[in-house]
Amino acid sequence: MMGEAAAGVIQVCGLVKRFDALTAVDNLNFTVQPGEIFGLVGPDGSGKTTTLRMLASVMRPDEGSIVIDGVDVLAQPEQAKRHVSYMPQRFGLYEDLTVQENIRFYADLFEVPQSSWTARVDRLLLAADMAAFRKRLAGQLSGGMKQKLGLICSLVHTPRVLLLDEPTTGVDPVSRREFWQILYSLRAEGVAILISTAYLDEAERCDRLTLLHAGSMMYCDTPAGLKARMPGAMLEVVAADPRRALAVLRDLPGVQGVLLVGVGVHVHVDAPQRLASVGAALAAAGVAITTIAQVEPSIEDLFVALLDQAPVEESA
Amino acid sequence: MTANAAPAQIVVDALVKRFGDFVAVNRVSFEVARGEVMGFIGPNGAGKSTLIRILCGLLRPSAGRALVAGIDVARDPEGVRRRIGYMSQKFSLYNDMSVVENLRFFGGVYGVSRADMAARLRFAVDMAGLTGREDALVATLAGGWKQRLALGAAILHRPAILFLDEPTSGVDPSSRRRFWELIHALAQDGVSVLVSTHYMDEAEYCDRIALVNHGRLIALGSPLELKQRSLGGELLAIEGERLGDAMAPLQRAPGVRDVAMFGSALHVLVDEAALRLPELEQQLTAAGWTNVRARRIDPSLEDSFVHLVGSSAAQAGAAA
Amino acid sequence: MRWRRVKAILVKESLQIVRDPRSLVIALLIPLLQMFLLGYGISLDVKQIPLCAYDREGSQASQDLLQRFAASPYFALQGQAADYAEVGRNLDNGRCRLAIVIPADFSRTLNDAGQGVVQALLDATDTNTASLAAGYAGAVVASYSSAVQLKSIERRGGSVQTLTPVEVRARVWFNEDLVSRNFIIPGVVALVMAIVGAQLSSLTIAREWERGTMELLISTPVKPLELMLGKLLPYFVVGMIDACICLALAVFWFQVPFRGTLPAMAFTTGLFLTVVLCIGYYVSVSIRSQVGASQVALLLTMLPTTLLSGFSFPIDQMPPAVQTVTYLVSGRYYVTILKGLFLKGAPWTELLLPILCLTLYALVMILLAARAFRKTLD
Repeated sequence: MMGEAAAGVIQVCGLVKRFDALTAVDNLNFTVQPGEIFGLVGPDGSGKTTTLRMLASVMRPDEGSIVIDGVDVLAQPEQAKRHVSYMPQRFGLYEDLTVQENIRFYADLFEVPQSSWTARVDRLLLAADMAAFRKRLAGQLSGGMKQKLGLICSLVHTPRVLLLDEPTTGVDPVSRREFWQILYSLRAEGVAILISTAYLDEAERCDRLTLLHAGSMMYCDTPAGLKARMPGAMLEVVAADPRRALAVLRDLPGVQGVLLVGVGVHVHVDAPQRLASVGAALAAAGVAITTIAQVEPSIEDLFVALLDQAPVEESA
Repeated sequence: MTANAAPAQIVVDALVKRFGDFVAVNRVSFEVARGEVMGFIGPNGAGKSTLIRILCGLLRPSAGRALVAGIDVARDPEGVRRRIGYMSQKFSLYNDMSVVENLRFFGGVYGVSRADMAARLRFAVDMAGLTGREDALVATLAGGWKQRLALGAAILHRPAILFLDEPTSGVDPSSRRRFWELIHALAQDGVSVLVSTHYMDEAEYCDRIALVNHGRLIALGSPLELKQRSLGGELLAIEGERLGDAMAPLQRAPGVRDVAMFGSALHVLVDEAALRLPELEQQLTAAGWTNVRARRIDPSLEDSFVHLVGSSAAQAGAAA
Repeated sequence: MRWRRVKAILVKESLQIVRDPRSLVIALLIPLLQMFLLGYGISLDVKQIPLCAYDREGSQASQDLLQRFAASPYFALQGQAADYAEVGRNLDNGRCRLAIVIPADFSRTLNDAGQGVVQALLDATDTNTASLAAGYAGAVVASYSSAVQLKSIERRGGSVQTLTPVEVRARVWFNEDLVSRNFIIPGVVALVMAIVGAQLSSLTIAREWERGTMELLISTPVKPLELMLGKLLPYFVVGMIDACICLALAVFWFQVPFRGTLPAMAFTTGLFLTVVLCIGYYVSVSIRSQVGASQVALLLTMLPTTLLSGFSFPIDQMPPAVQTVTYLVSGRYYVTILKGLFLKGAPWTELLLPILCLTLYALVMILLAARAFRKTLD
C-alpha cells in the first residue's frame, strides 16, 4: 500500500505531465517492490503510456520525482536506463534482422558482458519456446512471437525493473499465457514488473494494481482488496430472456446498474439482501429465471462502479 | 440452426480467402439470424477483418459462398453495401468536421432521402448523447463519444445488418457498456449485428460467438456452451502462500489435467471439482504450504480458447 | 563514447542496407543512371544549327558564300527557300533557326561599292543559341569577306602580307576542345554525390520512427553521437563506392581528362560526402516520415547543387546578392575543387581555400546533426 516504510525498487512521487492544456498524468504516487507485478489499468487516454515513458526516461515529467533502484531518474536519466528495461506499446523489431541478430543488437547497446550473453539468450529463448527460430527473420514471425521477442530483447541485460506498455494487446491467448509464464518466472527472480493494460481481466493477473482514469490514480490495491472495496454486491441472474429481465430490473430500487451478458444479466445492487426483492420483481413480471446468485464482481464491474461514484467529465 | 423460422440474414458457407500463399480465411461457415448479436473473437491476424470485408463486398472470396440479406457478395457487392452498415476500427470520422457535418456526409453517401435526413440526424445525435453539441468538431470529442457517433453514422440508412470491426478498442469501460446497450437495443429492433473483437470478455455480451484463430473457426456457440464443453474439465482456483513451487507437484496429482499460474493463485484444471478440491487442499497443506484455500471458478473464455487451440507447440511457426 | 555500441549500430545498419534491395538500388544504380542521363543529355555545345538560305541573286559569289555556310560544322543547311514567305514559315515552324538572305544585287554591290550586305534572320527564342549562331554566322561571313578582299588585292597586284594588322590567336587552356561535357561531368559527379548522400541518410532516422523501433532505441543507454556515427558510417562507405563508380565512368567512358591526384579526390569527396550525409541526417531527425524526409533532403542538396554551385551557371555571372548566397552552398566549393582536379590538375595549394571552406562546413554540420538528436519524445 502507498506510504509504507518499505523502500520499493520503484518510487514515484507526485508525478505530473501536461501537454498544453491537457493534464495527462495528474499527481501519481506509488511504490513497487522487487518481485512484484504492478498493474497500471485503464482505458486509452488515462495516462498509462505517458507514465511508463517517464519512468523509462524517454519523456520528462513536469513535476514530481521518480527513483528507480536508488537512481534519481530525473537527475541521471542515462544512468537509470541501465537498471530498467522498457517495452513500448508500439514497438517494432528490425524486420530484416534475424531473432539472434535483434537480441545481439540490444545486448551490445547495454554492453552485456560477452561471457554471460550466450547463456542468457539460450535460456530466454528456451523459456519463450523460440529456440528453433534463432535464424528466422523477425519480419516473418507471428504476432505473438514478435511480442515474445520484444520481451527477450528487453530482458537481455538482466534488468531489475521491467516496464511493459500493453504488451499483450491483440495477441492470441496461447501466446499471452506463455508471456505471463515468463513474467511469473521473472517475478520469482525478484524483478519488479510494471505493466500497463487496457484489458481489465488481465488486471487480475497482477499482484497489485492501480486504476487510472484521466491521468489520476483512483485506487491502488490487490485485486482481491479492490473487489472487497466495491460497494454493494453483484448478482447474476440467468434467464431465458435476458433483455426482458434487464428492462424489469433497470429501475428497481436498490439497483445501481444492470449489465446484459449473454446468459443473463449482472445486477449491481447496494446490498446482498436485495437478492430477494430482485427475484420477486422478476417473478412478478413473469420473467422465467434459471438461477439467481451472488457472484464475485469482475475488475470491469469494479471500474465502472467506482467511476460512477466519482464525478466524471467525459469530454476531452 | 436458428431459433425462429425466418431465414438467416447472413449465411457463410465454406468461405476461403487467399492472399498469394497466405490463407487468411480458411473454410469458415456460420449463420446469423435476424436480431442476433454474433461475436467474432480472436487475436490479431486471425482473419476477422478480412472476413468482415468480404461480407461487406469489399473483397472477393477465393472460394465458398456468402449471402448477406439474401444477396451473394461475390455477384452483387453493390447491392450488399446498400443494405449494410459498417463501422471500422478507429471509427473513420473526419476530425476536422463537426458532428452534424459528419452525419450529413455519411447520410448523403449512404443515400438517405432528404425527407428522412432530418429525423435520422436527430436520432443519431440523440443516440450518441450529443444533443446540444452538434457543431462541435469531432477532434474535440473523447473516445466514447466518437464511438457512439460512428455507430450513429453507420445506421443512418436503417440497415438490416451491421458490421462492427473492433468497435470498442481503447474506449473506457463505462462507454463500452453504454455502447453495448445501444447494440442490444438495435438487435431488439431486428438488426443483425456481427462484431469482431480481440477482447475475450466482450464475448459475454453476444448471443453467440465464433472463436477464430489463423483463419479457422475453432468453435461456434453461445458463451455458456463454449465455456462448458470446451474446457474438458472443471477449474479450481487455489490460493496460498508462495504457491509457485506447488505447480510441479500439482501437475503430478491424480485427476489434474493442467496447472497455470494466475496472479498469486494457481488455476488447476481437474476432471471433477467436487472430488479433487478437498484432495488437493489436503495434499498441499500436508506438504507444508500454508493458508491454502481452493474454490471452484468458472472458466473464462480465454481458458476455453487456449484449450481449444491446443498446446503451444502447435502454435510455433504458424506465421510461415 | 563506447565503440561497442557504435559497432552494434553499424552492423545493424549495414545488414539492413544489404538485405533491403531498394536501398541497394538507390545506392548503386542511381549514380550510374544520373551520370549517363546528365552526361549525354546536357550539352551546351552548339553545333549543326539548322539553316535555311534564300538566295535572291543566284550568282557564283552568292553560291560561294552559301557553300561556306554548308561546309561549316556549326551549321546544317536545310534547304533553299523560294521567297520570303517560305523563309518566314521555316522560322516559324522551327525547321530552321537561322535564315541567310542574299540580296539580288549582291555581286554588283560587292564589286562596285566594295560593300556587300547579307541579311541574317534569327530565331531568338533561345537567346543563347541565337547569340552563338549570330556569332558563328558573322565569323563565316567575315572569313568570306577577307577571302574576297584578298582576291581583289591580288587582282590589283598587291601583297597580302601587310593587310592583316591584328590577329587573335586564341589558345584554350584546360579544355582545349572546348567540349562542354568536360566541365559538365565534374559537376555531375558533385550532383550525384549530393543526391545519393542525402537520400540514403535522410531515410535512416525517419525509418526508425515509422517502424516503431525508435522509442526502444531511445530507452537504451546509446548516446546521440554514437547513434550518428554508427548510422552514417555505412552510408559513407557506400557513398565513396559511388564516387569511385562516377570517377571511373567519367574518365573511362566519357573520356574526361583527370589531371588531379587520387588522394586529393578521395579527401575532398569524403568531406563533401560528410556534409551531405549530415544534412540528410539532420533532416531525418527533424521529420519523422520517410517520404517527407527524403523530399526535404533532396530539396536542400540537389537544388542548390544544381543551380547555385557553378555546375550549370557560372557564379560570377549571377547577381551579386545571389553570389553571396552561394557561399552557403557546400556544392560550390566541391564543384570548384572538382573542376580544378579534373581539368586544371591544380595542386593542393591552389585549392586550399575551397578545401578549408568545405572542411569548416563539414565540422559545423557534424555538430549540428549530432546535437539535433534528442533522447526524449517531446
